[in-house]
Amino acid sequence: MPIGSALFDLPLLWSAIIALGVFMYVLLDGFDLGVGILFPFTSRREERDAMMNSVAPVWDGNETWLILGGASLLGAFPLAYATLLPALYMPVMVMLFGLIFRGVAFEFRFKAGDRQGWWDASFFAGSLVATFAQGVLLGAFIAGLSLERAPEGGWRYTGGAFDWLTPFTLMTGVGLVCGYALLGATWLVMKTDGRLQDKAFRAARRLTALVVLFIAVVSVWTPLAHPAIEERWFRWPNLLYLSPVPLVTGAVVLALWLALGRRRETAPFVLSMLLFLLAYLGLAISLWPYVVPRALTIWDAASPPDSQIFLLVGVAVLLPIILAYTAFSYRVFRGKVADSHGYH
Amino acid sequence: MDLDVLLLSRLQFAFTIGFHILFPTFTIGLGLFVAMLEARWLFWGEQGAYRLARFWSGVFALAFGVGVVSGLVLSYELGTNWSRFSSFTGNLLGPIISYEVLTAFFLEAGFLGIMLFGWTRVSPRVHFFATCMVALGTIISAFWILSGNSWMQTPAGYAVEDGRVIATDWWAAVFNPSFPYRFAHMVVAALLASAFAIAGVAAWYLLLGVHEEFARRTFSLAMWMAVVAAPAQLVIGDLHGLNTLKHQPMKIAAMESLWDTHRGAPFVLFAIPDEAGERNRAEVAIPRAGSLILTHSLDGEVKGLKEVPPQDRPPVTIVFFAFRIMVGIGMLFIAIALAGLWLRSRGRLYTARWFHRICLWVSPLGFVAVLAGWTVTEVGRQPWIVYGLQRTADAVSLLPAASVATTLALFVVAYTVLLLAFLAFFLRMVRNGPDYTLEPPHFQEKARTIYGRHPARNPAAE
Repeated sequence: MPIGSALFDLPLLWSAIIALGVFMYVLLDGFDLGVGILFPFTSRREERDAMMNSVAPVWDGNETWLILGGASLLGAFPLAYATLLPALYMPVMVMLFGLIFRGVAFEFRFKAGDRQGWWDASFFAGSLVATFAQGVLLGAFIAGLSLERAPEGGWRYTGGAFDWLTPFTLMTGVGLVCGYALLGATWLVMKTDGRLQDKAFRAARRLTALVVLFIAVVSVWTPLAHPAIEERWFRWPNLLYLSPVPLVTGAVVLALWLALGRRRETAPFVLSMLLFLLAYLGLAISLWPYVVPRALTIWDAASPPDSQIFLLVGVAVLLPIILAYTAFSYRVFRGKVADSHGYH
Repeated sequence: MDLDVLLLSRLQFAFTIGFHILFPTFTIGLGLFVAMLEARWLFWGEQGAYRLARFWSGVFALAFGVGVVSGLVLSYELGTNWSRFSSFTGNLLGPIISYEVLTAFFLEAGFLGIMLFGWTRVSPRVHFFATCMVALGTIISAFWILSGNSWMQTPAGYAVEDGRVIATDWWAAVFNPSFPYRFAHMVVAALLASAFAIAGVAAWYLLLGVHEEFARRTFSLAMWMAVVAAPAQLVIGDLHGLNTLKHQPMKIAAMESLWDTHRGAPFVLFAIPDEAGERNRAEVAIPRAGSLILTHSLDGEVKGLKEVPPQDRPPVTIVFFAFRIMVGIGMLFIAIALAGLWLRSRGRLYTARWFHRICLWVSPLGFVAVLAGWTVTEVGRQPWIVYGLQRTADAVSLLPAASVATTLALFVVAYTVLLLAFLAFFLRMVRNGPDYTLEPPHFQEKARTIYGRHPARNPAAE
């Protein structure tokens, strides 16, 4: 079907879709991984129960966006999928192990009785490890991969097995942990009350400060370490056009700080999501148009129009339906966790 | 046999996918079982069915969770360890897997929360809808993944351009020649394995003399499932075999350990394949029966392994014995299901303790059969990863062997922990039995629905 590629740029459309899918993942699994990271903040069993119950009905759907990200990357940009994953083997595997132990902790903890401690640890450690690994992957992605053309066609990774491990990626790892923890804390502000909510408010304030620090560090370190990105942001007139991004970010941070101070319940979560959106936009601006920085553009890595259209049709029809029943599910479980009983 | 990255990657994928498949096998069967129980409560007013539904829902939740996390691993493992396969087939298999995510995974996950936690948050009808969506999601998932896996066995609707596969006919690619048989075979296998696992639990209760009402209902339903699924599986398996003979003759040859092409091939009951010597030792065979089974004709031609050079043959010993294990268990299940039918007609289904003991002992065997069957089909596909198009050896990611050795070891440890934990929790649930304090929501009194139905407006409410 050549019509499609003539009417609009399919790889461009697909990168927008995948970017949206990844963003949905980051927001949704962000808060439930964040709740896991915050688990040690209370040692009370009822509070931990409430934390877990706040995300138990929705975590699986949230994590499914990660599977969609991988599968659609394979379908729309198979060369990117095939080069990125082996190059980032260790952090991807570590992330998967983290997600395994976070995922099973839900069911196993419910049934564990007095051995709950093990599964508490599984929930916390799994969430922490998975998040840290995702942050490392983010940093490695920004830093880019060294590729060369393979003799049999396609591309080959020419770096080492530990190239992904640098001070920069360790920093982004910790940064993402703080970011998800912030999402988790503001989610808990929304979904809990009493003592637990108080703790969540306090944690959210501290985390806001930390996240701001990390955003500042990343914003300075990334262009310093990567000349191409520095050029993108600081060359005139780009500096003018892109300046709203840091300005709006500053405004959102201020609004978040104030909302937390005023003990608003829903606004902090919305503002944290906005903060993530702005950080994500900043990232997209830095990395455009590379799907494997800085070697493969979206057009290099794209599958043929036919594959992209075949999947596009499905996405166009199914995504609204998915969003609708996902929203329905969140609606069913709206309100404070303390209200709900008989969760299992 | 040196532990190079190819062997390590193969071991890792076989291990991770072998572990994973056990759980969807159980959840496909349990999903339908729970949906059926909930329907009986909701539409036929069987009060006891509610408690069964709640109990088996809990088992479902346990198995589903492990299935999800082990499945996530596979979606990325295709890229990490099999990147050359991914870049070769991604244009075709990527969209297929994406459709699985879009139509099945989201559906299951989206409604799972309501199914497990929403009993008092939505009306019984909405809850039943959620249960049905989850059960449907497991089957749609099987549809897509079997389509993709079958395409690897019998590729269709494609062309190779610039060294990569492109789809030329999506319908032909999705509905490739082996797909209908393999899809049916897997779904019925899931139902059969689940039926016997469920029956095992019920048999245990019957032997102990506890939870009688629950045990009888469960045992009866499970035995009905078995008596339908076991013979059906024989028929489907036979048709699957005919299809495989046509498209993958070397797989059949390995399954039967047939070295020479025969008209009127013997059926080898037992043998010790000698792959180097290209013959069988200690062979016990029934003349002509092989062709009869495989081609439905006493004189049908069955190709032998020697038709192709050794590097194009699958490993024979593994495939030969795995096939026998699978069929043996299948036959055993048919016999037990028929025995159950006979006992039922005599009114002794719930009192024949010898039968309950047998059901208890065979209860895990369905899962053994599933593993054996998958071994036959995937090892029998070797040395191809995409039959006739790409060899497994050319598909593996060029990673340092030490990296893969490390992750393989980690998977073995992690999955062993998960399996032990799953079994421990499952057995504890079985020991505790169903919760008799669970009162089904009264029909006239709707739980608080999202439309906020007011009890006062409903005159029948207490």
